[in-house]
Amino acid sequence: MSKPKEKTKESISIAITGSGGAGVMTAGTLLLEVAAQAGWYGLMVRSSGPQIRGGEAAALMRFSKSPVECLDDRFDVLIGIDWQNIHRFADEIPLDATSVMIGDPDQSEPPEVFVKRGAHYAPLPFKQMAKSLPGSWPNMIALGVAAGLAGLPVDSIKAVLQKSLKKGGGEKMAANIAAAEAGYAFAEGVPSVPRLSGKLAAGKEARWLITGNQAAGYGAVRGGVRFCAAYPITPATEVLEWLAPALPKIGGALVQAEDELASINMIVGSSYGGVPSVTATAGPGLSLMTEAIGLAVAAEVPIVVIDVMRGGPSTGIPAKSEQSDVNIAVNGLHGDAPRIVVAPNSIADCVSATQWAVYLAEAMQSPAIVLSDQYFGQTRAVVDPPADIGLVTERLKPAAGENGYLRYAITKSGISPMAIPGNPGTAYTADGLEHNERGLPSSQSGDHIKQLDKRAKKLDQFDYGARWADIEGEGDLAVVTFGSCTGAAREALARAAADGIKGRLVSLRLLAPSRPAQMAKALAGAKRVLVVEQNHTGQLYRYLRAEYDLPGTTRSFRHPGPLPMRPDEIHQQITEWSRS
Amino acid sequence: MSSPAAAAPITAQAFKSDYKPIWCPGCGDYSVLSSFTKAFAKLQLLPQDVAVVSGIGCSSRIPAYTTCYGFHGVHGRSLAAAAGLKLARPDLTVVVASGDGDGYSIGGNHFLHACRRNVDLTYVVMDNHVYGMTKGQPSPTTEPDWDSKLSPGGTGLRTFNPLVIALAAGANFVARAFAGDPNGTADLIAEAISTPGFSFVEILSPCITFRPEQREWKQMVRPAAVTYTNDAARAARRIMTDDGMNIGVLYKGERKPYQPPIGKGKKNPSDLETEFAL
Ligand SMILES: Cc1ncc(C[n+]2csc(CCOP(=O)(O)OP(=O)(O)O)c2C)c(N)n1
Ligand code: SF4
Ligand SMILES: [Mg+2]
Repeated sequence: MSKPKEKTKESISIAITGSGGAGVMTAGTLLLEVAAQAGWYGLMVRSSGPQIRGGEAAALMRFSKSPVECLDDRFDVLIGIDWQNIHRFADEIPLDATSVMIGDPDQSEPPEVFVKRGAHYAPLPFKQMAKSLPGSWPNMIALGVAAGLAGLPVDSIKAVLQKSLKKGGGEKMAANIAAAEAGYAFAEGVPSVPRLSGKLAAGKEARWLITGNQAAGYGAVRGGVRFCAAYPITPATEVLEWLAPALPKIGGALVQAEDELASINMIVGSSYGGVPSVTATAGPGLSLMTEAIGLAVAAEVPIVVIDVMRGGPSTGIPAKSEQSDVNIAVNGLHGDAPRIVVAPNSIADCVSATQWAVYLAEAMQSPAIVLSDQYFGQTRAVVDPPADIGLVTERLKPAAGENGYLRYAITKSGISPMAIPGNPGTAYTADGLEHNERGLPSSQSGDHIKQLDKRAKKLDQFDYGARWADIEGEGDLAVVTFGSCTGAAREALARAAADGIKGRLVSLRLLAPSRPAQMAKALAGAKRVLVVEQNHTGQLYRYLRAEYDLPGTTRSFRHPGPLPMRPDEIHQQITEWSRS
Repeated sequence: MSSPAAAAPITAQAFKSDYKPIWCPGCGDYSVLSSFTKAFAKLQLLPQDVAVVSGIGCSSRIPAYTTCYGFHGVHGRSLAAAAGLKLARPDLTVVVASGDGDGYSIGGNHFLHACRRNVDLTYVVMDNHVYGMTKGQPSPTTEPDWDSKLSPGGTGLRTFNPLVIALAAGANFVARAFAGDPNGTADLIAEAISTPGFSFVEILSPCITFRPEQREWKQMVRPAAVTYTNDAARAARRIMTDDGMNIGVLYKGERKPYQPPIGKGKKNPSDLETEFAL
């Protein structure tokens, strides 16, 4: 029987769900590896219920033959290894009449919220099938089904399972490969999902499988970081868990502190000692750290604080994403305290942007906050390896025994040589008290103004180059955004372009200090500026309105987490506004 | 230039900066400053190899009064900053200066964990049983009936015993000193610096302005009648039953300091990439 001609699509989206212990994340991670093995790109966003362990989980995935930066608007496939509490993911897993839904009829019918969206339901008795293949697991059947529906080659599944099940021994491996193959065969009989269009990219061997949190950790060490002190917090802990074994290999160390007050003060101390230092945290920890970040501003000690944003305020929604720490990052210190705020705008950019943040902090002897978020941090993606940006700073230091050394000397750039303990003849006291050029405490207005100017000037006059923002496209409509909304905004603009609506994208990598001249250039001729962000009050929008003269009319498009910003909602905004 | 072989020994004076302290005349902290410089000279340290780290308070102003590298951070966090510095730079001698408010109240949690972590630091607390810098409020070591504007009639709270807490939390060296005996205090600080691990020296340092009655301490202190023990339980019992005026080393243990092997690993960051490569 000849098959009807296959439909194609640029990307395929698959969600695998199940209750705790069903192995959802394992199946998802392996599926990502299978796709990578086949030369595809893809990402897997993790979502889970509130339980510490054993709660319902969802692996939300999207695959394509070109790099994938965000989830799509809907899912082609939903696989429920079981359906226990899976209705809680209804908002996160939009389905429609062309979607396919696979579930185990022996356990329960699919949740009503999914059924009523009209998706095609194909029952598959996961448990029973796994029983018939002794030693196999239902999640390996799910892996096979997903791979089959996505149109991945069966050989790639075998290759990945042979590698990852090596430890379990020959029998386990054989049983589970058989389970995946059985799932794969089952997929043949299910109404087909469109096939991926496009060509495989060349050089696929060189690609990386990485999470945003690992990427941020790696970016930090690429930038020269050798010391980290930190206190665990969701969703930043994986940055630390990556750094803990990595730092000793390259001559560094990670210390678990007693709290964030300790961790931030420890890295101010270690960096004062000349060792580039980092900590990673989330909103609650960042709140505790603000006093000592101000100390680093005043005493001019470089430090990098990676904030993996989650839903706030307070404990908020710990395991889910939200871009709601813009305010605290750009404004959250007492006094007039200039600081650097950098935001990566893709998972791969978590490497480069964090490396850049270390470079900027070290070059300007200033704290730098890196605003990542849970969506980047805990998402695993197949990416092209981000090139080393080649920026590692040697701090500006005085010579040994420099005559009349002034730690906080007023210089043209605002940057003054920083003596490192051990250097003879240049001892000084690093102080959070306002001070004179020598570093001695002073409450005189002249010294205060000089040092305030110095600290503002060094950040303001620095040459940030082209890295301050990614600027793409043209047209009189501009979308200004940052961080994890970038992928969705880029995709929305591409869809608008396909409808004949031209627009440009300005994705800010440098949130603070602001770059008015560069922004004016990037937005020259724009008549409408749409500011896109994932929070409730429009924190970026308000900041932009305060810091920049935005041309034409401006609009804020925003919603809080935990739902990700999706291309379609931005596309709709662009379309409506362009027609009005 | 003189030949290095004939270098003269370094004196206490060489550790004194030309910056004039802001302290009230008669404040105990002047003597503690001189004990610092004497201890450094006794050990023949070099100013550039010593870091004096502090928080906020009258006592915490010490760093800039020395010629060492100084770090005057935020209130209560000196131990954290010092631990970060020492762990990253084990080659330095790191001495921490604090007060009873800075160290036992706002910084209390760091005190516990510093004892437990046992980083090779010397922690000197100038205890005057009052918040001097903020002009006379009760601290965790202030007597329950001490009257102040903020605590009319006294706090009614029992005092906190920092030495016993240090022992319980794992400090490796515990001593009590009196600012009125700068030479004896210098010897105790020098011994604390020479003892590996976390060394805690509590110095009774009178606040002449807000606790003038502390002038009496001179008559009250005495050398501890017995030499120190390496048994923490015995030391704790002695300290809990004395009147708080026994001066000397009270406990010395043999715990190995905590120090991750910084500088040992020789790989390059790019060597770490293999774990991401497909
Ligand atoms: C976060 C913070 N809270 C409060 C203060 C105000 N403050 C400065 S010093 C101090 C108490 C100092 O007491 P102590 O450590 O005993 O030092 P002393 O002045 O007695 O030597 C306080 C409460 C501060 N500087 N920072
Ligand atoms: S207030 Fe007390 S502790 Fe502070 S300087 Fe004066 S005497 Fe010393
Ligand atoms: Mg005090």
